[in-house]
Amino acid sequence: MMASSDSALKEYQHPLMQQYWKRLDTRFPQVADIFEEAMAEALLVIDRPDLDAYLDAASLIGKLGRGVEPMLVFIEEWPSVVAAVGKQALVPVLDCVKAMQKSPNGNAITPFLQTLAAVARRLQSVEQLQHYLDIALDLMRRTTGSIHGHHTTFPSPGLPGLFEQAPRLLNLLAMAGLRNWVEYGIRNYSHHPERQIEYFTLKLADSRAVLQRERHGTLFADAERSLDLYLRALWQDSDQLVPYSTAFDELRKPIPYYDALGMRVPDVFDDAYGISGLDRYRAVLAHMVGHRRWSEAQIADNWSPFQRMAVEFFEDCRVETLLIREYPGLRRIFLAQHPHPVEDACDPETTSCLRHRLAMLSRALIDPGHGYTDKDLLEFVRRFHELLDQSTSSTAEIAGLALSYVTKTRRQSDQLAKVHFDNTVIDYRDDNRQLWKFIEEGDEEQAFDAERKFEPGDELKGLPPRHYPEWDHATQTYRPDWASVYESLHPSGNAADIDKLLQKHAALAKQLKRLLDLLKPQDKVRIRYQEEGSELDLDVAIRSLIDFKGGATPDPRINMSHRTDGRDITVLLLVDLSESLNEKAAGSQQTILQLSQEAVSLLAWAIDCLGDPLAIAGFHSNTRHEVRYQHIKGFSECWDDTVKARLAAMQAGYSTRMGAALRNAGHYLSSRKSDKKILLLLTDGEPADIDVTDPEHLRADAKRAVEELTTQGVTTFCLSLDPKADEYVREIFGNRWRVLDRIERLPEQLPMLYLSLTR
Amino acid sequence: MSNKDQYLVKTEPFYQAQGKEVVLYEAAYHAKLPVMVKGPTGCGKSRFVEYMAWKLQKPLITVACNEDMTASDLVGRYLLEANGTRWLDGPLTTAARIGAICYLDEIVEARQDTTVVIHPLTDHRRNLPLDKKGELIEAHPDFQLVISYNPGYQSLMKDLKQSTKQRFTAFDFDYPSPELETLILTQETGLAEGTAAKLVKIGQVGRNLKGHGLDEGISTRLLVYAAMLIKRGVDAGDACRMALVRPITDDADIRATLDHAIDTTFI
Repeated sequence: MMASSDSALKEYQHPLMQQYWKRLDTRFPQVADIFEEAMAEALLVIDRPDLDAYLDAASLIGKLGRGVEPMLVFIEEWPSVVAAVGKQALVPVLDCVKAMQKSPNGNAITPFLQTLAAVARRLQSVEQLQHYLDIALDLMRRTTGSIHGHHTTFPSPGLPGLFEQAPRLLNLLAMAGLRNWVEYGIRNYSHHPERQIEYFTLKLADSRAVLQRERHGTLFADAERSLDLYLRALWQDSDQLVPYSTAFDELRKPIPYYDALGMRVPDVFDDAYGISGLDRYRAVLAHMVGHRRWSEAQIADNWSPFQRMAVEFFEDCRVETLLIREYPGLRRIFLAQHPHPVEDACDPETTSCLRHRLAMLSRALIDPGHGYTDKDLLEFVRRFHELLDQSTSSTAEIAGLALSYVTKTRRQSDQLAKVHFDNTVIDYRDDNRQLWKFIEEGDEEQAFDAERKFEPGDELKGLPPRHYPEWDHATQTYRPDWASVYESLHPSGNAADIDKLLQKHAALAKQLKRLLDLLKPQDKVRIRYQEEGSELDLDVAIRSLIDFKGGATPDPRINMSHRTDGRDITVLLLVDLSESLNEKAAGSQQTILQLSQEAVSLLAWAIDCLGDPLAIAGFHSNTRHEVRYQHIKGFSECWDDTVKARLAAMQAGYSTRMGAALRNAGHYLSSRKSDKKILLLLTDGEPADIDVTDPEHLRADAKRAVEELTTQGVTTFCLSLDPKADEYVREIFGNRWRVLDRIERLPEQLPMLYLSLTR
Repeated sequence: MSNKDQYLVKTEPFYQAQGKEVVLYEAAYHAKLPVMVKGPTGCGKSRFVEYMAWKLQKPLITVACNEDMTASDLVGRYLLEANGTRWLDGPLTTAARIGAICYLDEIVEARQDTTVVIHPLTDHRRNLPLDKKGELIEAHPDFQLVISYNPGYQSLMKDLKQSTKQRFTAFDFDYPSPELETLILTQETGLAEGTAAKLVKIGQVGRNLKGHGLDEGISTRLLVYAAMLIKRGVDAGDACRMALVRPITDDADIRATLDHAIDTTFI
């Protein structure tokens, strides 16, 4: 009774234990409860001389004023940390704890210590652990904030989350990947505490997407084309390949499978067993192809689960034998990934050994050098090879063999609840769901694949958004699927308004018309080396004459002719429809919007005269979640009243997220088949949006978008109406831009610009 | 006539028939019908024509067509000489005079205005007007015109005119079946049958990718090259990479897939 009320006075039988307890110097009764047990464990991995340091550290943590929990966790977890990375880890870990204690981040100490052992087991070296601590401390320093002058008052919101997720993160990411992932979180969510918490606890879609991008191993996204080619080339098979996520299921690892909708494969494969990730993918696909080629679904109702399991093992081996027959090199890839269970690893008295027996059998069936000596096993290997000797056998035949194997080797202990799983999981094999058909409707089969009906009222309005990445200039990476672009047809107004506008500019139109006529017949191309042509090609003729005089055979092809080459230009005019267009232009009674309208009308008319395909679209944005892209004229539409009506209804509002709009426009242009593709951007200001504080960000993104378009063969040209644009347009568009100082001349300038661009 | 003899095929070329083409060709020849041979590159079109010329013991004049070829390159031209001009027959004219088989290889490469000069030779007229010389040549009874082209890879712009196409009887060639192709490899190079079968298998893998990044599959000709390299003691994997993969693609993914096929076939 006394001991529990004042545990400092607790007496231990063993003098050493008593000495340790004194050194720990604590009054927490909870510590006393576990002390003896924890010390017993600690003594196994920590040498006597280092015990004092361990106890001192525990004592220190107990006195931080954060309750009993950190101390308890430390006492319990530290021995595993030492076992994993060695005792040198104590100093950096204590430094880290002290740093947290000194800042307002004391609340993160407990989660830090809780996952420390798991992290250490994963990292396996003090250096790696030091990197991990550095990353955590960096996060702490940069996100521990002061808001409105409060001085270092708010703890880092993300830090506890990072510690909680650390074992899982390190399981998926290499250290560099972890650093990038944390860096992304700090950059994008440092001013948004709730989001930051969600990011670091992996609740945000963003956070998962970046995690996926940074993972180690062969990513499905990178290997998809190779795998497609592999299926097609080696197996004359092709199907939709659908990746499933392996990052977020800890307990039930998904297994590859295939069904009517496609072949499901994991989203990433690490190099393992000395086999590259790509080859592991290939093994998975090859195995599935084997089933698709040679397996027939069997009626499962009358067979017990054990019988079905045996049939699956035998059938898997049958298709693999046939696959290896086709490509002998596959044996190496299969065997490297196939477990090689030790013959007497499983005790049949206490454990269900069926899986173990089948795994050994499976190994023996495809590995001639298996080395097992069990009589039954060898007997069945022999019978298996007899069946497959000359033919491909069949699923039904092999199932018969499997059933007789189950009967022959059955043991009472197979029913036991404790199942031997070690070394029996063959992870490149699919789950064999296609191998079975059930006569009676079960509750487990394919219920998930049944067609789901749309709920009434659940219909989609408009097109689903297109997602585009956005360039983050600070990290020099893309933010995946960052901006959502919604496309729609621009609403219509009165087409006669546009005709009126064109009337107003009749004089200008006449002038343009003269230019257009000059432009139309053009591009004479000379064809040289013609035996018969319209003109003598003097150079060649003289050469021939010299040959002739010199006694050599002259080239008779001394003429040339001409051919006119048609224009092959496609234009997309992208009009910025942001709020600022509603302002009155300096020195004019009209708004910029009205002037733009006139200019666009004239240009459209001019291009229509020339016959170049033209599309017109407007865009504005309301945060990254809603970038609107409105089609005013499509490439195949004529310059008629429907188009004019849409143009007449042009309205301005919201902001200018240029990059996303450029990418969407580029998407349409790049699919056109023309020699020259031009994206003409008409804008009145720099890229901006209300959810972006850093003005540099959207500029850098727009610049990046322009570069992307250039690689797709699209020439981007910007006509800016912002007199102060010089500072940024050059940065974004290189030398393909022009600033129009006198906006009132826009209707005249825009068509002229186009003509001079394409002359 | 020695001029005629130089065009004769002296030794029997190896040709493995895939179907009834030898008999059919003979029938067409004796009926004085022009023949068109279509098929992907390296599947044995030229070898077939050569073999038939040998079998019929007729001279064979081959012209490889190209874009710069003019009608006079086929028909003939006047040459300038110090003391006047001299007429020189082109290959088509020579063939018509001496009664040879004239084989225009890859005819679509020639411009369409060039190909029309063969028209009078390929219908009932069987003559060739030489307008510059003012002569009309009646074709020798043994004369036959054979053209070949590959309908697959050339651009859409290059196709034969209907009026040209409809003057020919045609054979459609394709890569031989795996068994036949194996036989061809063993016959042509003396390679062991097992290795030859593996080469053919890799050839099949490549052909499955036609249209998915490859314009043409791995041809029989390339398989023969690989077999010749192996026969000279080159490691099979290296020979395949050198003769089958590297020539046909620069695409890293396709290369990796074909390399994988090689690695899993030759172990």
